[in-house]
Amino acid sequence: MPNFSTNEFKPGLKVMLDGEPCSILENEFVKPGKGQAFNRVKLRNLKSGRVWERTFKSGDTLEGADVMDVDLEYSYTDGEFWFFMDPSSYEQYSADRDAVGDSGKWLKEQERYEITLYNGTPLAVTPPNFIELEITETDPGLKGDTAQGGSKPATLSTGAVVRVPLFITVGEVIRVDTRTGEYVSRASKS
Amino acid sequence: MTDWRPSASLEILAARAALLADLRAFFAKRGVMEVETPLLAQSTVTDPGIEPFKVCDGAEPAPRFLQTSPEYAMKRLLAAGAPDIYQMGKAFRSGESGRHHNPEFTMLEWYRLGWDHSALIREVAELVCGTLGVEGWQVWPYRRLFESQLNFDPLDSGISLSQLTDIAAAHVGPVPDQLGRDGLLDLLMSHCIEPAIRDWGVVFVTDFPVSQAALARHITVAGEAVAARFECYAGGHELANGYWEQVDVALLMAQFAADRESRAARGLPARDEDPRLLAAQDAGLPSCAGVALGVDRLLALQQGVESLAEVISFDWSRA
Repeated sequence: MPNFSTNEFKPGLKVMLDGEPCSILENEFVKPGKGQAFNRVKLRNLKSGRVWERTFKSGDTLEGADVMDVDLEYSYTDGEFWFFMDPSSYEQYSADRDAVGDSGKWLKEQERYEITLYNGTPLAVTPPNFIELEITETDPGLKGDTAQGGSKPATLSTGAVVRVPLFITVGEVIRVDTRTGEYVSRASKS
Repeated sequence: MTDWRPSASLEILAARAALLADLRAFFAKRGVMEVETPLLAQSTVTDPGIEPFKVCDGAEPAPRFLQTSPEYAMKRLLAAGAPDIYQMGKAFRSGESGRHHNPEFTMLEWYRLGWDHSALIREVAELVCGTLGVEGWQVWPYRRLFESQLNFDPLDSGISLSQLTDIAAAHVGPVPDQLGRDGLLDLLMSHCIEPAIRDWGVVFVTDFPVSQAALARHITVAGEAVAARFECYAGGHELANGYWEQVDVALLMAQFAADRESRAARGLPARDEDPRLLAAQDAGLPSCAGVALGVDRLLALQQGVESLAEVISFDWSRA
């Protein structure tokens, strides 16, 4: 991978720091009146998700990280790994529990996910912002209830639990915002 | 494409015009003469902390350098007998780009014959306080500032490089390699001191370590050798840097030699001293004090905006 100098550090650039792949979040140039110039850099460790703050001498370099985002289709899990497929090349990728993380509860077969690959291996799985899933379990709706009023927990086909309006019943498909885990609407019938 | 539009509002550009007029009036009233010196020169600075832009053109026999400050040319004017002079114009520094830096910026530089840095501090204070509408200003020797904020004496040679590295790491986290003593002090200055003095109003930092003297005289204060150099800070940002100018040619040569060593140690390209500056100083630079002030930063502070892009018609990304 090429090396990048501090003046090339832009948000989103993927670099190696302390042997870990990181994504640059912020890069601030600071310099006392005279003397040494520095770059104060915020990076997200793509493995741990932690944000690091580091100071570099201006002109210092970091090695680029072999990290790229690809859209893959979720296939299945064997409990240990989650398998994804490139729909154009049919190439398979297996993501471990760390890579799947909290996204596991939004994984639906044949749905597309953004997979961050590091040296060709999934590092992180990002679901689409909105996803449509079927209700598999919830208390029966109460007669006469409308959109206003209370909510109740409902279990979705992927195992995720979200709060839904009282009128939603088992077997219905709903639209959920995966960023907040909130119910958005009933899915449009297709 | 929307970045054809200016990065500064038209209201701020009007305030900029008013500030430039006020600054010229300030010097006119004091009988300081405005001068203009070349932007494209055959020589440039040896300072290891400054990188000039090199301009190459097939029609010219050799590349030229965009000036990083009009200092050398103005000193040549003084050596040639010029009276008190000031200059307000563009200066250029490669790689200095950020919220508080624009590689092309407006610099106000002036020289006062027969003055020392203390006298010049008073004049800078008058200009800065007047522009910002604040009363009062403080003077802090470099050493006292570090002692009060970081609890150690930066001039104490008993503190080893590794101890200083530990101090820096304790305050800012992992420290870049091979910074050296002054690099570590610069790190603490920019990461700890500058934020700490943000609300102190106008602050002059004086009596820098001699290793950071640049072209200032070395003087003795309370038995300790220090540089007759000052920096003016306001809102935690450096606004101006001034010297009681070094007139001793042997000491000037020693400074250039130190710069050369420092450039080599940092792996920077070697740079020759400006022979015309040396010849002028050899002919005799009269005793004087000089200062360079960042006009864009002064305007940003006056207008209460955070970034230089908001006070420059077209910032670096739109230029």
